[in-house]
Amino acid sequence: MDNFRDLLIVLLMLINLMLLASSRIRYCIKIVAFQGLIVGLVPIFAAENGIGIGIILTALCVIAVKCVLLPILLQRSQIIADVRREVDPFVGYTASIFIGIAALVISFWISTRLPQMEKQVSHIAAPAAIFTVLSGLFIIMSRKIALTQVLGYLVFENGIYLFGGAMLLENGFIIELGILLDVFVLVFVMGIAVFHISQEFNHIDTDRLSQLGDWNAELPEEIKK
Amino acid sequence: MNWYILINIILPFVLAPFLFGVINRTKAFFAGRRGQPLLQLYYDLFKLFRKGSVYSVTTTWIFRIAPFAVFSSIVCVILIMPCGALVSPIGFRGDILLFIYFLAMARFFTVAAALDTGSSFEGMGASREVQFAALTEPAFILCMAALACETHSFSLSTIFSRLSFASWSGEGAVLLLVAVSLMIVLLAENSRVPVDDPNTHLELTMIHEVMVLDYSGPDLGFILYGAALKLWIIGSLVVGVALPVNTGNFFLDRFIFLGGMVLLAVIIGIIESVMARFRFLKIPQVLILASALSILALILQVRF
Amino acid sequence: MILLLLLIPFVAGITAFFIRHDFARRVILVSAALLHFCITVSFYFKRPGPLWDGWLMLDAPGLLFLSITSLLFLMASLYAVNYLRRDKQHRGDADTDDFFFKTKPEALFTACLLFFLTTMSIVTVTQHLGILWVAMEATTLASAPLIYYHRSHHSLEATWKYLLICSVGIALALLGNLLLVMACPMDVTGPIPLLINEFVANGTSLQPQWLRMAFIFFIVGYGTKMGLAPMHTWLPDAHSEAPSFVSALLSGALLNCAFLGILRIHQICIAAGEAAFSQELLRVFGMISIFFAAVFIIGQKDYKRMLAYSSVEHMGILALGVGIGGEAVFASMFHAVNHSLTKGMLFLVAGNILMAYGSRITDSVSGVLKRLTFSGILWIAGFFAITGTPPSGLFVSEFLILKTAFAEGRYVTSALYLILLAVIFAGMALVFLNMAQGDSKKHNHPENIFLRERLLSIIPPAILCLITFILGLYVPDFLNKMLTDVAKCFGG
Repeated sequence: MDNFRDLLIVLLMLINLMLLASSRIRYCIKIVAFQGLIVGLVPIFAAENGIGIGIILTALCVIAVKCVLLPILLQRSQIIADVRREVDPFVGYTASIFIGIAALVISFWISTRLPQMEKQVSHIAAPAAIFTVLSGLFIIMSRKIALTQVLGYLVFENGIYLFGGAMLLENGFIIELGILLDVFVLVFVMGIAVFHISQEFNHIDTDRLSQLGDWNAELPEEIKK
Repeated sequence: MNWYILINIILPFVLAPFLFGVINRTKAFFAGRRGQPLLQLYYDLFKLFRKGSVYSVTTTWIFRIAPFAVFSSIVCVILIMPCGALVSPIGFRGDILLFIYFLAMARFFTVAAALDTGSSFEGMGASREVQFAALTEPAFILCMAALACETHSFSLSTIFSRLSFASWSGEGAVLLLVAVSLMIVLLAENSRVPVDDPNTHLELTMIHEVMVLDYSGPDLGFILYGAALKLWIIGSLVVGVALPVNTGNFFLDRFIFLGGMVLLAVIIGIIESVMARFRFLKIPQVLILASALSILALILQVRF
Repeated sequence: MILLLLLIPFVAGITAFFIRHDFARRVILVSAALLHFCITVSFYFKRPGPLWDGWLMLDAPGLLFLSITSLLFLMASLYAVNYLRRDKQHRGDADTDDFFFKTKPEALFTACLLFFLTTMSIVTVTQHLGILWVAMEATTLASAPLIYYHRSHHSLEATWKYLLICSVGIALALLGNLLLVMACPMDVTGPIPLLINEFVANGTSLQPQWLRMAFIFFIVGYGTKMGLAPMHTWLPDAHSEAPSFVSALLSGALLNCAFLGILRIHQICIAAGEAAFSQELLRVFGMISIFFAAVFIIGQKDYKRMLAYSSVEHMGILALGVGIGGEAVFASMFHAVNHSLTKGMLFLVAGNILMAYGSRITDSVSGVLKRLTFSGILWIAGFFAITGTPPSGLFVSEFLILKTAFAEGRYVTSALYLILLAVIFAGMALVFLNMAQGDSKKHNHPENIFLRERLLSIIPPAILCLITFILGLYVPDFLNKMLTDVAKCFGG
């Protein structure tokens, strides 16, 4: 069991690397869904004093949302917005992998600097969580397409969830549900925003979204009220 | 020195071309053809060694010595290579690096000879070969480093004799990462499909094949034989990591090892059948990913 | 009573979503706001008891921030009635075909407005850090459609930035929550109740390293939402693109709610004996915010952006005040009240000006005093109030913070604080006075249909303005007592 759990967590880290390297959005959605599945399973493995009904319910909800609902929603947005791949990100894919490797090393380094933790699922869970958080943030920053940024946010969120699950922190069922609901609604609202962006600009590159600012203040003379 | 250590040397020389046959047969099976005979490469080698060589007038002595330099460095590698858990004839502390650099020397001579011809195609192939090698070598070295940490040894023979199924149940994640990374290295080093296509003769897409276009006769024979041996060498690393059997029964162990090699050849054949070549831009990413895997393995190994 | 407070806007929001009749919907909006305000006022007479094992409990800080939110929302909703009516005449009333459903834009807007109130109320009344987080994220979600009301390229851009930046920030605060749990002593078994009281009671047993990390994540996370520099980048865009009364709510109510989140953790830090650490961080972020605001206010071309940067400045002052500690905490709380009222008022007036002139560029607005007399007067009054000129409440609080800083021997901080405030005063004076005075006929504006000032668009800002100036001269006893209570919680 121990070995299997480690393997899952290693797989989770590999998914981050693959996400950094791949440009096809549909593929990215699929592997993020898979990551959601792994993240949802971790608390079940983590349960030290027996698997209670609460844990199973939480895990089921997490998997249902992260692995089924959100990917469906995102895929819908992807079809409507009609984008297949992220062609020209701010940071190229090869450079992204290099940065991913650096982030990997950094997260292991950070995890050695953390204060002593007595309770945790696995010794590699903390670095894996930090690495996931970092790669999520990096994807949000380095990609142009709105949908990929949403995916980055999901990865980021998965990392935080993994951190909680791996450190055996039990928030209680209601809080977990609240968090999940928030994430779900957020992605829903972002999906709507992606839809509007694709309608307004005919594509969903967010680098077009750079007209507001203080330096290039070319504000429109006529602002609709 | 025990007599059976000679097996280490005899097996590769005898059986390496056979692996190519297995790969080709597998590909033929997937394509619905009957395919070449399993021993085709033996016939080819036999034919080539009987012929004479033709040299372009623009080439120098570098071009002429390259096939022998390549072949002899690969022979040196075979002398330090263990065959599964069986210790090699010559083994010492640090031979894991020597082994990688012997392979690098072979590459150096291939590239130098390709440049020596003065042909623009071969120059292009040489440039690509070096570019990808620069990305493959870190992955390779890091894999070996992870294995060295795992077994606390810097000698190939000890590393592979210390690996066992027990290490899989203890450090499964590390070994899996190393195995996958080595597999990518294997495909890249031997110019197999997702990285390079050994069958293509379209100059724009070739890497390894384009560099040896100008060779003929025994020279070409040495190069082909060397390529087969190289596949055997790296393949035996993969098999050694993936199937670390050490039952103690000499013949059973060797038998399982050979079975593993054949299985590996079949897997390569399957990969070549179901995958297309990557775009050139994609290849560095895959190779860096392989390095990432081995870095992860090394971190996991060193830290825990 | 707490449940009622939360249910009223929530149910009203759902109802408003399904009502197709405009007038009825607006009546619901205003009456929900009024009811909410009445209940909030009633809390001053009788504080409600804790609910659900103390998950929902109204303490002094909660009540203070709840009152600000409620009052501001009431004024904004009154203003909104007029705004929505005019807007509809201007734009027509077509159903929009959205991602999943067809809606009247105004119905969705009103519903989100009411949900926004609900979520902000939850933030103020909860004692549970998990619920606090969930509600904080929910405020982002409820307010995003509000920013996108105009459905233009720019508002879309602002909405996207708002969603993405705030969500990432708040997710960092979630990490802060987890780290806070890690700080709990190891021998606790079972789920750790994330109640602030529990943390404060067991403060000394928390592990300081984890607690510090948690505080860093909280201040960065909720600080993003609060608009502390350098995480403030969403704020000017969102505030300038949203309808004016939504900007008023964002600036006056939402930022305060996020500040409350930081204060809660600060409270825990104080109990754990880590006050020096958290205060230092608050001071640093406060000063950076004031600095950024000063840099961007000078030469600002867009008056709504300028107001937004002014919010960054005042959030900086709030953080600085709490960071200095002592008397300054009291001043900071008082500042929060005053800033919300003044900024709310200014945004509402800015809305009037924007309607009449049809431009947010300061250069194309002049002669407000002549053209929109009442708005012009309020605009000038607002300018004096927001920059902390004596009769306003902001003067009292800013001065008190300065006094405490001197008393504590923080001369460099005080000097910087003074200089930056002076710079901001100059920068804002230029914009405000240029707009208020001058020739109103200088720019030929095609759309003069909105020229007449409506009663409903003048009274709400006028009330807010009045309160600000009264607070500058006289602080009623009940408020004084409450501010003292609040300040006590946060180390004052």
